Amino acid sequence: MVAEANRENIMSTIKIKAKESKGSVTVRTLIKHPMETGQRKNKKTGEKIPSHFIQEVTCKANGEEVINVYWGPAVSKNPYLTFVYEGSKGDTIELSWLDNQGNRDSNKVTAK
Amino acid sequence: MNRRKFIKKSLMTVAALGTFSALLIKPKRVYAAWPKASFDITDLSKSINSVYGHNNLSKTTKVKLKVPDIAENGAVVPINVKTSLKNVESIMLFVENNPQPLSSGYMLSAKSKPVIGTRIKMGQTSTVIAAVKSNGKVYSASKEVKITIGGCGG
Repeated sequence: MVAEANRENIMSTIKIKAKESKGSVTVRTLIKHPMETGQRKNKKTGEKIPSHFIQEVTCKANGEEVINVYWGPAVSKNPYLTFVYEGSKGDTIELSWLDNQGNRDSNKVTAK
Repeated sequence: MNRRKFIKKSLMTVAALGTFSALLIKPKRVYAAWPKASFDITDLSKSINSVYGHNNLSKTTKVKLKVPDIAENGAVVPINVKTSLKNVESIMLFVENNPQPLSSGYMLSAKSKPVIGTRIKMGQTSTVIAAVKSNGKVYSASKEVKITIGGCGG
């Protein structure tokens, strides 16, 4: 458990910035992910590169779900997402993703 | 307690503990099914139909779709959508000429404001459609984006 927590802190694939202004929290996030469409071919071998993309992103603020995102392979590599919700400074924002190969990651940040 | 009984009992305890810890390790949230069928459709009107069950998108100026007129690199096309409509349930983004028109969907909660931004891939010049579901009706805004270099072939 400890190892997992450390891994999340140091090597998380998710960068989150959340800033509060006039009762709205703007969340901006960048996720490190190849987002392979499954249509590209390896130029040397001619083999198709299997699809590998994030399908679902969920964000919770203080444990309550604020947005649930479905992504297809047409979302850019290292995807960027921004959204706004009604909240306040100090909210705990937890963002997690799940890809089509079953990998997942999550990260937490406090709204500033 | 004889030996046999003791072994049986301890095995049962281990099994019970096992089930309990399995429950603890289980993912915090069971993910709703990703709408694979909708993402697989290659035709725009069928894709819209599979999401909403109909094709009645009412065009409105209340949905603001911000995309570049010309994108040099189709692999990274920034898209921003916001709307003044109330009670927005979801925002969906469609790209007409992409292999699969549905690019992404955003399910909002009562707390979220109808403002989203992301970056998508576009294979060629195409119309981008932002569809917003509000009070059970679907509203849309669309705009053409010219692509200099496609972003799907690589």
